[in-house]
This record gives sequence, C-alpha cells and structure tokens, in this order.
Amino acid sequence: MNKKQLRLTSRSLFWLKGLMHCIGLLPIIYLVLLVLNDKAGGDPVQYIIHYTGTGALNALVATLLISPLAKKFKQGLLLQTRRLVGLYVFAYASLHILAFFSLDLLFAWGLFFEEVVKRPYILVGAAGYLLLTALALTSFKAVMRKMGKRWQKLHNAIYLIALLIPVHFYWSVKSEIIEPILYFLIMGLLLGLRLKQTRWWKQLSIKNSLRGRQINSQP
Amino acid sequence: MTIINKAAWDKFKDCDVTPEEVYHDRRRILKQMGFVGAGALLSSRANAGVFDLFSSEEEKAAFARVALPHAKQTEYDHLLYGEQTPENKVISHNNFYEFGTSKTDPVDNAQGLTVNPWQLVIDGEVDTPLTLDYDDILKMLPLEERIYNFRCVEAWSMVIPWVGFSLAKLLKKAGVKSNATHVAFETLYDPEQMPGQKNRYSGGGINYPYVEGLTLAEAMTDLTFMSVGLYGKTLPPQNGAPIRLVVPWKYGFKSIKSIVRIHVTDKQPRSSWNLLAPSEYGFYANVNPQVDHPRWSQASERRIAAGGLFSAKRIPTLPFNGYGDLVSGLYDGLNLRKNF
Repeated sequence: MNKKQLRLTSRSLFWLKGLMHCIGLLPIIYLVLLVLNDKAGGDPVQYIIHYTGTGALNALVATLLISPLAKKFKQGLLLQTRRLVGLYVFAYASLHILAFFSLDLLFAWGLFFEEVVKRPYILVGAAGYLLLTALALTSFKAVMRKMGKRWQKLHNAIYLIALLIPVHFYWSVKSEIIEPILYFLIMGLLLGLRLKQTRWWKQLSIKNSLRGRQINSQP
Repeated sequence: MTIINKAAWDKFKDCDVTPEEVYHDRRRILKQMGFVGAGALLSSRANAGVFDLFSSEEEKAAFARVALPHAKQTEYDHLLYGEQTPENKVISHNNFYEFGTSKTDPVDNAQGLTVNPWQLVIDGEVDTPLTLDYDDILKMLPLEERIYNFRCVEAWSMVIPWVGFSLAKLLKKAGVKSNATHVAFETLYDPEQMPGQKNRYSGGGINYPYVEGLTLAEAMTDLTFMSVGLYGKTLPPQNGAPIRLVVPWKYGFKSIKSIVRIHVTDKQPRSSWNLLAPSEYGFYANVNPQVDHPRWSQASERRIAAGGLFSAKRIPTLPFNGYGDLVSGLYDGLNLRKNF
C-alpha cells in the first residue's frame, strides 16, 4: 500500500476530533443515566467523585499517549488533537472537584479550610488541578503565540501532573492500591518514552559516548 | 493465520460454542484472568450497568432472604441522630473486601454465598464450647430489632435497623471463664466463594481470614449486638450473612461479618486493619471526632439517607458515635488519643 495514503489529512483529522469528542462525552452521559436510574450504588456522591476522577486520569493517559503515537506512526497532524484531549482532562477534573464541593462538602467552605487541608491527598490533588488550570487557560492559540518559548516550559508541567495525580489517588484509598499502582506504571511508561528527549538524557549520552571514545583511544 | 469466512463465522453464536455456565459467568472469568483495564477494576457495577441500560441481560438471582420474627427493642432509640437509611442503600453500599474492594462489589459478587449449612464455633476460655448450625443461629435466642447509628472509618454513616441478640447473651450460654479478658472473632475463609481472598492484593492487602477482637467488658455490654438480620429479614451476604457483629460506637470495620468463630481468650486478639496499617487503625477504633485518621478528618460524616443525589447531608461526628453515656465508662483511665 502506498504510504502516502496512510497519512492523516486535515479532513480526516476533523472526523477524528469529532470521534474524540464522542469518546470524551459519552462517559458523562452514561454517568447521568446511571445516577438517574439509581445504578450508582448506595452512595452516588462517592461514586460520582470516583468516576469523574478516574475519567480525568484516563484522559491524562490519552493525552500523554498522543505524541508517542504520532512519532511512532509518523502522523504529525495527530499532535493537533492534544489540546482537545488535554481540555477533557481539565473538564473531568473540574467535574470531580465540583462534585466534591457541591455534593460531598455541600459548599461548606469553613469545613473545607478546617478539615480538608488536613488531608494531604487533597492538597496533592489541588496542586495538580491548579497546574491543570494554568495549562487550560494558556491553551488558546493567541496566548500560545504571545508566550513564545515560555509556553512550552509551562506546558511541560503536564509531566508533573502525571505524577501528582496518581499520588493523589494512591493516598486517597484505604488499602485497595492495585489500581493506583497500575496508573503509576502507565505514567512511568509514558514518561519513560520521553526520557530520550530530556536534556539530562542527551548530556548523559554525550558523556557516555565521549567516555567510550576515550576508552577506545587508549593504547 | 487462519482466515475465517463470514458464512462460517455466522453459523455460531457465542452461546453455542461456550458452555452455558461459562457464558453466564464470563465477566467474572475475564476478571479472574486479569483481562481488565484499570478502569474496569474500579467498578464491575458500572459494566453491569451498561447491560442493564442497553440490553436485557438478566441479573444474577439475588440471595433469598427470609422474614424473621422479632420484638422491637427501643431502649437505645433516643441516641439515634437522623432517619433510617433506606434498605436498598444499606444492602448496596458495603465494605466487604472478601467480595471485592469497591462499594458495589459485595452486592454484585456475594449473592451466591452459601450460608446454610453454616457452623459458628464458640470456644476458648469458656465452660461449654458451642458449635451452632444455621438454625441454632437464628433460633437459639429470642430475636429483637435494634436501630443503631453506623459510622464507617471512611467518614460516611447510616442508621440501620438490625435484628439479632446481644453478644453477652450468647457468651453466657457458653459460660465465660474468670481468666478471660478478650473475645476474638473470625470471618469465614473460603476463597472459592470469596474472590477477594484468592489473592492478597485483590482483597485490599488484608491477610485473610479477617479477624477482629473486643475486650471482654466491651463484649459483655448489652449494646454489643450479634446481628442475623436487617429490616426484619435475614442478612443478605453483602451485609455479613448469616451472622455478624455490630458495635455501634466503633468504626464499622470492627463489626466483623459472616463469623465462623468466636474465641474467648486471655490475650488481646489481633485485628485485621490494625495488622495491615497499625498507624491508621487501632485496636479500639472508637468513633472519635477529635482523633483524625492520619490521612483524613473524622470530625464530620456524610449521612447516607433517603432521597436522591442532592439530599446528601454532612453532619458532625459524635464521640462514641452518640453512645458515650453508655460506653465511655469502659475506657476510664485510658488515653483514647493514644489508644485510638
């Protein structure tokens, strides 16, 4: 088959984005149906908080998967879907926090400051959400252009978020740690794929190759 | 690679080539084989929901519960704070890691538990060790209904009408020896029936069987209850059928379920959550709004009550879950911050 035919076109990108919107929205519709049909367990509040949190985490995995996929299959245009998926991470995280404030804390701000700050897992999650908010607010093309090189620097925070959120998850559970650990592994893998792009790795490999040459050049 | 043409493929339906019991049990089998994503591990209930909503797959038959004749005991009703939690919520929101770690796993996975025949052994420092079968459990002592506050260590709570008898009455039948100081309890260990016991990590890291314990004074207090039913009927398995402990002034994990052994002893018994995380769960585990869990506050609780999503309430947690007048005397001279 001709390789050219496999290239993503801007037309197919349009449809791909449409599909991604469907994948992003369907779980929300499903959740609404579950809650309306009384299928979200005896405590729908906890269910919704957990569901939207896991949704944000899954979207985060999807975001981080895009550039390795684009590289592997040489589909540069695919990178243009990162903003869309990234904003779904923000949307799910926002729903997660909104559900926590409205359904669990019932907007008791006093309670929030009194007792919630005692919960380190919430502080870690909140830090992740603040970073995520910064990324969402700077996701517009105009802001991107204005920020120039600083934009990329800021948006590298997604890697920090990728570590903070599984910590938040791991810390929040009583002892059912399999799932948080799976996310740690997935994030580790996704970050590991990027290791070669880091300055640290490049310097390390330069050093190694220099050392290799020295050893070889010894009589 | 074999190429299957469409005609040949169409000849067979899934159910033709799969033994029926495997077909109906496929989700559990897939789970056991480990073919689940991180998301699916989270809630088998959600997956079941897809089928409920969008096709007509039957749910597994629910465990059959029988009505229990009982008298109403209202002596402790004035200590209740809040309306009763509706039955459907009491039996669908459970922590019973033997059947999975999510709140909806027990109702999904426990319906097939065999409770008859059952054997409950009462032994150790007693005059006459007893072995009770299923009928003995339900008929040996007159049953009464008691409505108790129930507070989980995870900061949610319910108000539940239990049916059963006080533990003290049962222990008196066996006759507690004078050197006894504590009572130990043990849940059924049966990995065939309890999938969470198959692998230590699928069961939340607990080293099964689940064990719990009380001091003898705690065990002999009338408030300490052996429940065989709720809402006038026998317990469903997810709530600890056929017999469980209910200690309303302690966090829910002390109220051990599906008990097979009560061992009267002269040593402080081990307890499962304390063994797993001693810095987070103490032996006493009395409800105490002043002593936080290391990772979250215990000052308030979300009350699971009647009504939909927006009727949830957050209420302050009371010392000893509201039963302080009756039980605080058991801890005179004990530092409850240290002995949490």
